[in-house]
Amino acid sequence: MLWDALTLQLGYNATLVAVGATLLGVSAGVTGTFLFLRKRALVSDAISHATLPGVCLAFMVLVAFGGDGRNLPGLLAGSAVSAWVGLLCMNWLTRNTRLAEDAAIGAILSVFFGLGIVLLTVIQTMGVGRQAGLEGFLLGSTAGMLWADALIIAAGGAATLLLVLIIRRPMTMVAFDPEYAAARGLPVHRIDLAMMGLVMAVTVVGLKIVGLILIVALLIIPPVTARFWTERSDRVVLLAGLAGGLAGYLGAALSASAPNLPTGPIIVLVSFGFFALSLLFAPVRGVLAAVLQHLKFQRRVHIRQGLLALAQGQKIYEPLTLRLLTRAGLVRADGVATEAGKARAAKALRDEKRWEVVRADQAHEATAALYDGLRDIETVLTHDQIIEIDRQIGGPQGVPT
Amino acid sequence: MSGEEFVPLSLTPLLIGTFAAIACALPGNFLVLRKQALIGDAISHVVLPGIVVAFLLTGAISTWPMMLGAAGAAVVAVVMIEAIRRLGQIEPGAAMGVVFTTMFAGGVLLLEQTDTSTVHLDVEHALYGNLESLIWLDAVGWSSLLDITALAGLPPELSRIALALIGVTLFIWLFWRPLKISTFDEGFARTIGIRTGAVGMALVITAAIAAVAAFDAVGSIIVIAMFICPPAAARMMTNRLEAQIAWSVVFASLSAIAGYVLAGYGPLWLGGADAVSAAGMIATMSGLILACAALWGPCRTRAGAPSTA
Amino acid sequence: MLELAADKGVSVAESGVDDSPLAIRGMTVSYGQKPAVFSVDMTVQPGAMTAIIGPNGAGKSTLLKAALGIVSPLSGQVTVFGAPLEQQRARIAYVPQRASVDWDFPTRVIDVVLMGLSRQLGLLGRIRARHMARALDCLHRVGMRDFADRQIGQLSGGQQQRVFLARALAQEADLYLLDEPFAGVDAATEKAIIAVLKSLKEAGKTVVVVHHDLATVTDYFDHVFLINTRKVAEGPVAEAFTAETLQAAYGGRLATAQIDQISRALG
Repeated sequence: MLWDALTLQLGYNATLVAVGATLLGVSAGVTGTFLFLRKRALVSDAISHATLPGVCLAFMVLVAFGGDGRNLPGLLAGSAVSAWVGLLCMNWLTRNTRLAEDAAIGAILSVFFGLGIVLLTVIQTMGVGRQAGLEGFLLGSTAGMLWADALIIAAGGAATLLLVLIIRRPMTMVAFDPEYAAARGLPVHRIDLAMMGLVMAVTVVGLKIVGLILIVALLIIPPVTARFWTERSDRVVLLAGLAGGLAGYLGAALSASAPNLPTGPIIVLVSFGFFALSLLFAPVRGVLAAVLQHLKFQRRVHIRQGLLALAQGQKIYEPLTLRLLTRAGLVRADGVATEAGKARAAKALRDEKRWEVVRADQAHEATAALYDGLRDIETVLTHDQIIEIDRQIGGPQGVPT
Repeated sequence: MSGEEFVPLSLTPLLIGTFAAIACALPGNFLVLRKQALIGDAISHVVLPGIVVAFLLTGAISTWPMMLGAAGAAVVAVVMIEAIRRLGQIEPGAAMGVVFTTMFAGGVLLLEQTDTSTVHLDVEHALYGNLESLIWLDAVGWSSLLDITALAGLPPELSRIALALIGVTLFIWLFWRPLKISTFDEGFARTIGIRTGAVGMALVITAAIAAVAAFDAVGSIIVIAMFICPPAAARMMTNRLEAQIAWSVVFASLSAIAGYVLAGYGPLWLGGADAVSAAGMIATMSGLILACAALWGPCRTRAGAPSTA
Repeated sequence: MLELAADKGVSVAESGVDDSPLAIRGMTVSYGQKPAVFSVDMTVQPGAMTAIIGPNGAGKSTLLKAALGIVSPLSGQVTVFGAPLEQQRARIAYVPQRASVDWDFPTRVIDVVLMGLSRQLGLLGRIRARHMARALDCLHRVGMRDFADRQIGQLSGGQQQRVFLARALAQEADLYLLDEPFAGVDAATEKAIIAVLKSLKEAGKTVVVVHHDLATVTDYFDHVFLINTRKVAEGPVAEAFTAETLQAAYGGRLATAQIDQISRALG
């Protein structure tokens, strides 16, 4: 069953949903990346909640003019307008009052959503028969998706991707360093608005499939996931698109393969699965890698510090240092240095003195900047340079370099 | 309106709405000042999975397990956000977004998977509660306030939210100084021996308790709106924390009362027949108050603090 | 040959550790994979005014923050007046670098100074007339008495710095730690602050200041502590603040002309 779903053989509607979800995932991942890099990920939360009053108003207008209240383009247009109004309100609050962005986001999302609920209850009392579809916009409903709906989603997603492609450079620059971008003459405020506009477009397009509460997940989780795997912004964009698209596709297929598996939540959970794997296992930035690296680093610091203390005949206070030295065979159980320990300690002390010479000497300025207390001097100076320094220090020669 | 009509039908919803609004606005003041306003948003989203899990475990709609489940979910969410933020070196907003959307999705999925058609448990109820139905059927008028048998018939939501309000107030009163100092200047707080991490966690747990108790009665919209809108509006009225707290209580009560009255009677005045969602209207009113404060509040703009760069 | 800390070995480590106002042993602090402070020992002399100096990014503020437990070190021990830090919190007052505070916070100048009394007031103690009088007196000592009712963000940088000094005064501590108090303040503020610090010293208090301006070291301080990730030198200004130690701490980063100027000033 799942295999049938993955190979798009579960019938017309399931295929439509899978294709739509994949496209949505790609465009949400790509667009969300810029928001995430700009450190404004939760703005999407405000935008998505702010669509609700627009959907309701559009429905009321459509019905008032005798049309079909469930006309998807009409409802999406309404949601876009109210999301845009919400966005402008939020921007105004952060620019003209003392409110921080998070408070502005929270205020807009709760107030617009509250207003939307009021309008929803108004619609329920209007006695119009066909309002049932509106609740679907909260959590998405793919059950009755039409060919025309899928076309709109596909076209919207493609248009968003195209726009992102066109303005990706200025958006990256603004996300990375807004002040520098402004100094370069870029209209930072307008680029920000364009970024939000794209997020709004993705939100509106995604309302039908995942609903307004969960679209936020598709805008945030794939970029965060992608960030674990690369340090280059263009690759984050690509990987986020990939992660989002894959989550959309797998999620839609999974949800079609069994009853009672709503599409939106499944897509989000698949997406989170990718995130969790990346958080734990990504090289360098992943938790596992970071923990191992930190332990290694801590050991180096303690051993080095212990050796220096030994060389200067100081008492070692840290139990961890003592334990590490003992385990390395540099110190006996009673805290006295072994022969190997004495040799390593003498070497460490001499290296420290060599570093002191290097750091006091203007000629070695670039080398001196590399000092961090741990780096072996052999890795930054040639053998001849070290001999020259030893001559300046004087004292017993013959300490191995 | 006469007491015979007001007391049984409107008094208890009004009181519950007002208590819920204040219980959320009080910790909201500190959340907004700490730039953690969206913790309220995150908490209110994860209440749904908490309740569903509690329902699955106990197999019944009973209040206390559900409130425990919701509070547990809030704590799990906060711990997860913090863990993801630190372990993954991700900015707090994004970490929050990852956690609460995922948990919400999990809640919706569980809800779909279980048969809840026989019980009153659905997403819409979770979102906007049912304030209008919390009426006091045993009351016949103002005199019922002194009638022990009638008082016993008060909706249980009222005592729960009152209890939560008392708890929140006590917490803020007791830990006023550590809260204030660690919010203003965390480094200094630590040098005088305040455990800032514990204070922050206690604040979030208090907020979660307020959210869960309020959520039970009024749904999650009021919760988010009250965490943020009254404190944000209050901040623009004064430059003193004590006064800000007082303003936020006034604004929260005002939103609750005006919202409830408008939702119940507004449509009638406009010639409509039925009331609209009280929870939604309360959130809308708090937004209007915030808009007024943002336009005319005496302290609405940032102080001329020199840039610290 | 340079006479550097490492050569002194045992004697440095053991002199006056027991009752020093602030003794740091084997302190290493790291942000990520590069230590900002590496294996540093420090022994602050009681009743002295000590400057912590070193180039940008040398770990001056980090050392202070780690000593106060604001950042957690990778290794190292701190004692304050011979006892662990946690038992001696009441005897320390700290003036942070200005950047670390929320300037938009709804609080007045007098409220900030009253925060300095919070240990005495406890959780629920009422602020009484004598507390208020003391807070106002502290504001008076830094010349900010007239600003008591202003919101903290409405002050200039120098004025804010003075308010934080007043808060530290209100703590009535024995050890005062200040992080770059003169960075970016006007001349009047600098004079006011140094006058207060000198009066503290006269009252027998110990003062430690992270300091940036080499030109004023000899005027303001009697002890210096030079750091550049590692300790470079420590001692009375006349002994430890020399062309050689400066060269060792700043390396190529300090122009030779500057060092000449300072050594001439030192005679």
